[in-house]
Amino acid sequence: MSEQLPLTPSQTVGPYLRLGLDWPKGADVVPPGTPGEIVISGIVYDGAGVPITDGLIETWQADPDGRFAHPDDPRGAVEPSVPGFLGFGRSCTDETGRWSVRTVLPGALPALDTEAQEAPHLDVSVFARGLLDRVVTRIYLAGQPGNDADPLLAAVPAERRDTLVAEKVGEAEYRFDIHLQGDRETVFLQV
Amino acid sequence: MTLAHPRPYLQPRDTHPPLDFAGYKSTGLRAPTQRPIVVPQRLTEVTGPLLVGEIGPNDHDLTRQHEGEPLGQRITVSGRVLDSDGRPVPDTLVEVWQANAAGRYAHKRDNWPAPLDPNFSGGGRVVTNSLGEYSFTTIKPGAYPWGNHHNAWRPAHIHFSLFGRAFTQRLVTQMYFPEDPLFAFDPIFRSAPEGARERMISTFDMDTTQPEWALSYRWDIVLRGREQTPFEEPHE
Ligand SMILES: [Fe+3]
Repeated sequence: MSEQLPLTPSQTVGPYLRLGLDWPKGADVVPPGTPGEIVISGIVYDGAGVPITDGLIETWQADPDGRFAHPDDPRGAVEPSVPGFLGFGRSCTDETGRWSVRTVLPGALPALDTEAQEAPHLDVSVFARGLLDRVVTRIYLAGQPGNDADPLLAAVPAERRDTLVAEKVGEAEYRFDIHLQGDRETVFLQV
Repeated sequence: MTLAHPRPYLQPRDTHPPLDFAGYKSTGLRAPTQRPIVVPQRLTEVTGPLLVGEIGPNDHDLTRQHEGEPLGQRITVSGRVLDSDGRPVPDTLVEVWQANAAGRYAHKRDNWPAPLDPNFSGGGRVVTNSLGEYSFTTIKPGAYPWGNHHNAWRPAHIHFSLFGRAFTQRLVTQMYFPEDPLFAFDPIFRSAPEGARERMISTFDMDTTQPEWALSYRWDIVLRGREQTPFEEPHE
């Protein structure tokens, strides 16, 4: 093993993150008008139940075929089957604490370490003033048949599993609120 | 079908601040109270966005984004993005944001009585070259007060955002300037473990200082690598 360099520590994004991290079309994982597009949105709450208006949500996901345009996918990098699909979404929370991304349903994935399949999901990073490091969670989508067999959901205590599942609130709309603390504290992951 | 499992990016201990750090008040209602669930790195984690977004012609030079030049000490900030295995991270997006020379952000929620500079917005982005190198031109940001406690002042800093090449390598941090007298009083700087804080401080570099133009600060950023001794660092 070669000599290791010590890592740079994390620090908070602070309250003025928009100056560096707000992208005009950041919330578009797919271009508007993409067939099959869905919108996932929600509100980020602090421990007093107050919406967080200086936060940032980032999402990362496979394309609808369950593939990544990335060389570290052992199945090989493939160009997304959806034109303009980025896999990555970014949304600053607004004056009401709301974030939102426009995307398409990700495909299921092989889990690699088990025979199980991972149900469609998005990895999520939450940044905000008051968070000295990002916190990580996952969005699963209500009604997906694979959710019951997903190995990550299975590792989460049953009574908290719902915090990882976005509710279907419209034809093509899902709602995923994030609670940093409290009775409904979202399950956060250490990856 | 059997697939080789990609090696995970490992997290060493004694690096990142605890999420609940009493000295920084805003952590009180925001740091999760339950321990995170430790999960294996699968395909979504060992991949990550390789995109760079749209880079404008002056995104690397924060002194040229307006008609006139901003006031303040012109500086360059440059260095390398590496992973802990010592490998450079090429072609990766580096985003920065900062206050102006007087310590004021061009943000509607920053309204302490220091002047705004009409020639300074304070946001920038670059992509590292094939050697993992980045470079910005900007002005040295001022210190600024904040409401955390009586007479609280942030040491001068530049916010940095990095992606690396995997979801697990994502990092947002702050770069500080050498020998700032405010280090001793700043809970955000001090939230990082002793021994790790110093890695956030840039070095003044005479060799790359440009005569009659700009002082040079150098700062290397190290993201998670794959060969690290696998210590877990649960957030308290
Ligand atoms: Fe700041």
